[in-house]
Amino acid sequence: MKEKAGEEKYLFEKPRNVKIAFGYFLGVLAALLIAEFFIHKHVHLPWEEWPVFYAVFGFVTFVLIVFAAKYILRPIVGRREDYYD
Amino acid sequence: MIDVVPPALVFIVGGLVVPLIKGKWKSAFLLLLPVIGFINLINIPEGANFVVSAFGLKFIFGRVDRLSLLFGYIYHIIAFVALLYSLHVKDDLQHVAGLIYCGSALGVVFAGDLLSLFVFWEMLSVCSAILIWSRRTTAATLAGYRYVLVHAVGGLCLLTGIVLYLKETGSLEFGYIGLNGTASLLIMLGFGINAAWPVLHTWLPDAYPESTPTGTVFLSVYTTKTAVYTLARGFAGTEILIWIGAIMTCFPVFFAVIENNLRRVLSYSLINQVGYMVCGVGIGTQLAINGAVSHVFAHCIYKALLFMSMGAVLHRTGKINCTAVGGLYRTMPITAICCIIAAASISGFPFLSGFVTKSMTIQAAVENHLVIIWFLLMVASIGVLEHAGIKVPYFAFFGHDSGLRPKEAPLNMCVAMCISAFLCIAIGLFPNVLYKFLPYPVVDFVPYSAFHVVGMAELLLFSALAFVLLLAAGVYPPEKRGINVDADWWYRKGGKLFYYIMDKALNGINRVSERIFVGGLAGYLGRFSRNSPARFQHSVMSPLWSVTGVNAAERAVKKKALYHASRVGTFPIGLVGVVSVLFLAVLFFIS
Repeated sequence: MKEKAGEEKYLFEKPRNVKIAFGYFLGVLAALLIAEFFIHKHVHLPWEEWPVFYAVFGFVTFVLIVFAAKYILRPIVGRREDYYD
Repeated sequence: MIDVVPPALVFIVGGLVVPLIKGKWKSAFLLLLPVIGFINLINIPEGANFVVSAFGLKFIFGRVDRLSLLFGYIYHIIAFVALLYSLHVKDDLQHVAGLIYCGSALGVVFAGDLLSLFVFWEMLSVCSAILIWSRRTTAATLAGYRYVLVHAVGGLCLLTGIVLYLKETGSLEFGYIGLNGTASLLIMLGFGINAAWPVLHTWLPDAYPESTPTGTVFLSVYTTKTAVYTLARGFAGTEILIWIGAIMTCFPVFFAVIENNLRRVLSYSLINQVGYMVCGVGIGTQLAINGAVSHVFAHCIYKALLFMSMGAVLHRTGKINCTAVGGLYRTMPITAICCIIAAASISGFPFLSGFVTKSMTIQAAVENHLVIIWFLLMVASIGVLEHAGIKVPYFAFFGHDSGLRPKEAPLNMCVAMCISAFLCIAIGLFPNVLYKFLPYPVVDFVPYSAFHVVGMAELLLFSALAFVLLLAAGVYPPEKRGINVDADWWYRKGGKLFYYIMDKALNGINRVSERIFVGGLAGYLGRFSRNSPARFQHSVMSPLWSVTGVNAAERAVKKKALYHASRVGTFPIGLVGVVSVLFLAVLFFIS
């Protein structure tokens, strides 16, 4: 396949490549969720036994961290670049 | 048997020799030094070496045991990688400062007594300040001064503690100290400032991002990790450290999310990582100490690598803010891949170095039933993924296309980064090699159980999914120009307030005194001495004038003439006559 010069020259400039990468990513996620039901869980804490605990924990915490930083911390501490000058 | 020298000496003397060597030989010499140092180190027998007695005190420059050795190994490895990374630098000052900095850190780690530890501790501060100033920008100069001030306070704290400790115990030996009383508290606080404890941490994100691309690589390793070493040696198992460490892992996460300068993001991430180590030291069990120390080893490599990749970006583009860079994977693929490996390592992805070390500390927290600590450390792990694992590589190498098409990093930088990336993978794949060198034998820790791998992978990849979805939904905080104030606001704005108060108070006193003494009193005295003869004469004459029936208009004229005459010293004869007669009359009555 020949490309036009200067356009879509690099790896992730082609939407198709991004789609493929994202597809692999979703595939790995699905594989992990399925794998969890087939492995022996050597748990230390009671909630580790809950199905897909770590997936939910990771997802929710990530969203909360981003929201807390964006909506609580940034309005409090954000300043112009020349604040200290 | 080869003659050995204290590990610090190789780097300090070597550093001083650097300016004398020219051209290609200098590069060879720089790379050879850590190798010579390493050979020297492995030939020093365990126990107390290089003991010097002076002034009735015993100084130990080579206390070698499993704890100090592991720090020694990683310091040599990083010295080699960082020197390779900075080979292209023509500024001798940076090489000298970097080498002596490294030597000072080794000096602290192998010091067996508190006084020589203190001397190396201060050298560490001075050399790191020089590395910051080497950038030679106004921002770097100012940040360097703030850095020096904070560390001067820390050093003073430590010295006071050491002197009190000597008075209490009669010994300068540096072993387990434990938190009991003022002396130990001051020593711990001195260590704590270098470990960037919460609120005392601001020197780190303030100064490190201002250093040179190469200087920050050195800085990212030695000061904080040396502090972790001293805490592990002196305060293992101190409960308060568990909480300090846990807080350190969490709060920088939020600052890192909204920070624009990518090297400042990494500086916050550095505090977060040191938090895991401090926490491990606080838990103090064998597993926890192993976790903290192995984490130091892995962390030094991937954190240096992250700073190297961002240094390469800064070196090639002159820019480091999220808003200014982006899309650089196109022309800097090697840097991008190395950065991703480091980012995945720090996030704790399975089969990379962070996974096999950080989980030890978390495991230790679980075994000690510290459920809240476990929760905080897990939240922080997700935070690490957010800012160091995704934000740094994404905004530098992907994200919006900045249009910048810089060349790939210079060869020496690329090789240094590749070596570090290789080590990240090697430690992840063969953790037992590292485990063999840990302070305590690793007995019951298996990093690669199926559940642990799947659980961590789920945690991290679903967090990454959250990132993708937030980004796609446009909710993820956009790159934004600006800075964020931190606890340093108190001394940066407080410093200005202090200046303002001093300005108003002292200069106010100045102004008031000027008004009173210069403008007021002196003028009054001048007027007094000038007018008092006329006033005296007027007070004598005015009753006479009123007796002789002079009207008001004439009196005003006479008064004016009198003042004038008094000022120029010329009096009408009649007036002089009257005053003389009066004077004689007064004399007559008095005598």
